Amino acid sequence: MGCTVRIASPLRSYTAGAAALAAHGRTLAEVLAHLERHCPGIRFRMIDEQDRIRPHIRLFVNASEARELTVPVHNGDTVHIICALSGG
Amino acid sequence: MTGTLWIGTRKGLFALRPRGARAWRLAGPQFLGHIIHHVVQDPRDPRLLLIAAKTGHLGPTVFRSGDRGRSWREAREPPAFRKAAAGEEARAVQRVFWLSPGHHAAPGTWYAGSSPAGLFHSADEGETWQPVAGFNEHPMRPKWAALGTPDGEFLHSILVDPRDPAHLYIAISIGGVFESSDAGLSWTPLNEGCAADFMPDPSVPFGHDPHCVVQHPLMPDRLYQQNHCGIYRLDRPARRWQRIGSAMPKKIGDIGFPIVLHPVDPDTAWVVPMDGQTVWPRTSIAGRPAVYVTRNGGASWHRMDRGLPRAQAWFTVLRQAMCTDARGRPGVYFGTTGGEVWAGSNGGRSWRCIARQLPEIYSVSHAL
Repeated sequence: MGCTVRIASPLRSYTAGAAALAAHGRTLAEVLAHLERHCPGIRFRMIDEQDRIRPHIRLFVNASEARELTVPVHNGDTVHIICALSGG
Repeated sequence: MTGTLWIGTRKGLFALRPRGARAWRLAGPQFLGHIIHHVVQDPRDPRLLLIAAKTGHLGPTVFRSGDRGRSWREAREPPAFRKAAAGEEARAVQRVFWLSPGHHAAPGTWYAGSSPAGLFHSADEGETWQPVAGFNEHPMRPKWAALGTPDGEFLHSILVDPRDPAHLYIAISIGGVFESSDAGLSWTPLNEGCAADFMPDPSVPFGHDPHCVVQHPLMPDRLYQQNHCGIYRLDRPARRWQRIGSAMPKKIGDIGFPIVLHPVDPDTAWVVPMDGQTVWPRTSIAGRPAVYVTRNGGASWHRMDRGLPRAQAWFTVLRQAMCTDARGRPGVYFGTTGGEVWAGSNGGRSWRCIARQLPEIYSVSHAL
């Protein structure tokens, strides 16, 4: 399945500055694995070693927030990686 | 001074280098916006530097430089706990807090300490990291690190005996000091004599709060500890820490974060007392910061505040934020939570501010 992944600015050091990338995968986990193969190191900054989404990261498939990496991704979907931080 | 003072801050990495006899040049920031907990040069290969980093949004990692900090690459496998099996506690590294080079006869080896308390080892100059199962999976570890604060407990002060690479010490804040004689396969608490007056039972064998533990490289049986409850010394093979902070002036007390040692004199150590009364302000006492030095192993202490602010200076010096350079009459340096770097020439006899208006300083280290 082909999708677009929109990359938040704190992660663009891994994507050579790209704000969006094409990726493949039937689930969010597969999409992130695809991303990791092309942008080594990016997954661990978002997902911890227990496969949990880190506290300041939000993942959306289209307009719906995904709380689990098992969420399906369909052809033409857009995965949004959002960084949520408060304070100075 | 020759070399570089690396300044790790809440918002990035800076470098201070001497320019002439009295001036300093500030370079940076690198990693602007990153939280830099520790910056450490490899004494076996001075070209190599490691930093422990994260950002507010992103997970923890380690960056490596092979050219004295001119360029950096991220570790391919940063420190991480093993994947938990079903029903197990699923721990994740929240921050890499501490970095220590391994033994001088084992080039390329490093240790890292994390929050929550975890110990990790690298055999390839910090490129990949593996959990030290002997500690991370120790059946007592949940009890040793049971009193973590809401930010999580920190594993720090990883000490490698220069005579024996298998002889290790670590400290957990809060948890205590622990020792291994078999390269990390097994561990025992080493807290006898240390106060834990915040505990229901102050005589507990672990659960103490060591803020910083140091080992003298020329006298490896000599350990010093700045604890939440005082300053201590331990001369091995003894197991009972002696409270050398009792010799500090009573109105100052012996609470603080860092303790640093003279590079060639095991009897000389510097501390920065802070206010540990009532609600624990953790600032300089009465707004008048001072460094205290002992030159006799803690039998007596002397105030060194010439050049430091005389009033209304309420900063804190964190545990990684103080160091000496490598000279026989060393310079002493510290960074503050208010973003100032202070240099004490001739062993701290007089101080001057060499950088200000930096972000909150977490780490100050000297590199050749």
